[in-house]
Amino acid sequence: MDSLAIVCGVAAGIWLSRPWMARYAQGAIQAVNMVTAIPTLGKLALMMSLLGIGALPAIVGLWIATLLPIIRNTYEGIRAVSPHLLDAARGMGLDQGEILRRVELPNSLFVIFAGIRTAMAVNVGTAPIAFLIGGGGLGELIFTGIDLQETGMMLAGAIPTALLAVAVDFLFGQAQYWLVPRGVNPLRNVY
Amino acid sequence: MATIRIDGLTKTYATPRGPVNAVDRVSFEVADGETCVLLGPSGCGKTTTLRMINRLVTPTSGKVLIDGRDTDAADPVLLRRTIGYVIQQIGLFPNMTVAGNIGVVPRLLGWDARRIRSRAAELLTMLAMEPKDFLDRYPGELSGGQAQRVGVARALAADPPVLLMDEPFGALDPVNREAIQDEFLRMQHALKKTVLFVSHDIDEAVKMADSIAIFRAGLLEQHAAPDVLLSRPANDFVAGFVGSDRTLKRLRLIQAGEVMVTDLRGPAPGAPTVRATDDLRRVATLFLEHGVESLVCVDDGGNVVGHISRAAVAARLGSARP
Repeated sequence: MDSLAIVCGVAAGIWLSRPWMARYAQGAIQAVNMVTAIPTLGKLALMMSLLGIGALPAIVGLWIATLLPIIRNTYEGIRAVSPHLLDAARGMGLDQGEILRRVELPNSLFVIFAGIRTAMAVNVGTAPIAFLIGGGGLGELIFTGIDLQETGMMLAGAIPTALLAVAVDFLFGQAQYWLVPRGVNPLRNVY
Repeated sequence: MATIRIDGLTKTYATPRGPVNAVDRVSFEVADGETCVLLGPSGCGKTTTLRMINRLVTPTSGKVLIDGRDTDAADPVLLRRTIGYVIQQIGLFPNMTVAGNIGVVPRLLGWDARRIRSRAAELLTMLAMEPKDFLDRYPGELSGGQAQRVGVARALAADPPVLLMDEPFGALDPVNREAIQDEFLRMQHALKKTVLFVSHDIDEAVKMADSIAIFRAGLLEQHAAPDVLLSRPANDFVAGFVGSDRTLKRLRLIQAGEVMVTDLRGPAPGAPTVRATDDLRRVATLFLEHGVESLVCVDDGGNVVGHISRAAVAARLGSARP
């Protein structure tokens, strides 16, 4: 599910950053920012009113919450690539696809990864409240535990949630460290 | 090997105040292996002209012919792979090492990795950079002068016959600029590329150019050899642009040997000596420092080959090179 959000988010961000989308991109990013501003619980509630109760609205709601920061960071990251690099690349005879693959994506990858990490943190952190619209998951243990004042049950949900969040962030942190080229990776370069 | 012919080249931009010709019916020719400097104040159309040659800017009308072939007929992407391109902002790709940057075009052309790396090493050596120290560095680890040397190496990587340079050394400090200009001249002497070089610095132009094209407001005002341009500017604009010290600027263009008289009885013993391959800046310096009327001219082995009189220098400066 998350990998689908990453793929869709990066693809949408790239698409918005293309020159022929320039007219619509700003508006689209404004819309993305507006939706991002809605708290996740609000998004889930809206999904519930559209799609009813159950796993489906929960998954769709969380998917959107994950998607948006990825779209935004991909778009902004690519747009921040210096125009001189693009001029040099074009002047040397790279075509649009080669410029995207060899210049735009590698030079914005760090920012794209930052977006993915944000998205993952939001996702794992707020997944438990999906229980509130019938989404199930670890939230079931947490909220039931709170209601019944059963600390053990609550922790049985809370501890795995916390571990999952830490593990996911660590994993993407490592991916960011190793996959972003050293020359444009502030975590790795020494100058 | 490439001759560039520019024929009636025009670029018109629509502005709120109506169409403006950034480049207006410009025609000139650059012979194979020569360096032509496009010179003029900012906004004069020199960069636009340059960018129409590799079709980063599409001409409104007119033609660019490379070896007689109309560049309009070529695929712009493939065309650009045969034309080196250097810009003032350098534009090295920070995600790639020096070797990676130099190898961009060769990779597109399908060279194998080993050949690309040895080509990168060869180019760095030509530009006075030690390959084993620099090949695996990232652009962020280079000084401005080093980065622009890599920029030049990258443009030359696939051995293109034509090189376009847009104020390539404009952002460097004067010491570095002199050094890289000298290296480039030395390299160009061996490689004989056809170079179009945009500059706004008359001294740089006089130093680098076989011919200088002076632009104003999209029009080509004069295209001539530096010595002709300095001795016979076509109009007041050109005269003003090259400066009131244009005679001094010519000194660098003329070698002592050209004004020497091969008369070995010449001046009195003890007169200062100058080498035949020195330019007239050295000759003028010696005249001024010693207050003499003539100098002894020697060859590189130190043998006397003639003498130079003040009158001969004045006569030479009074006329342009034929």
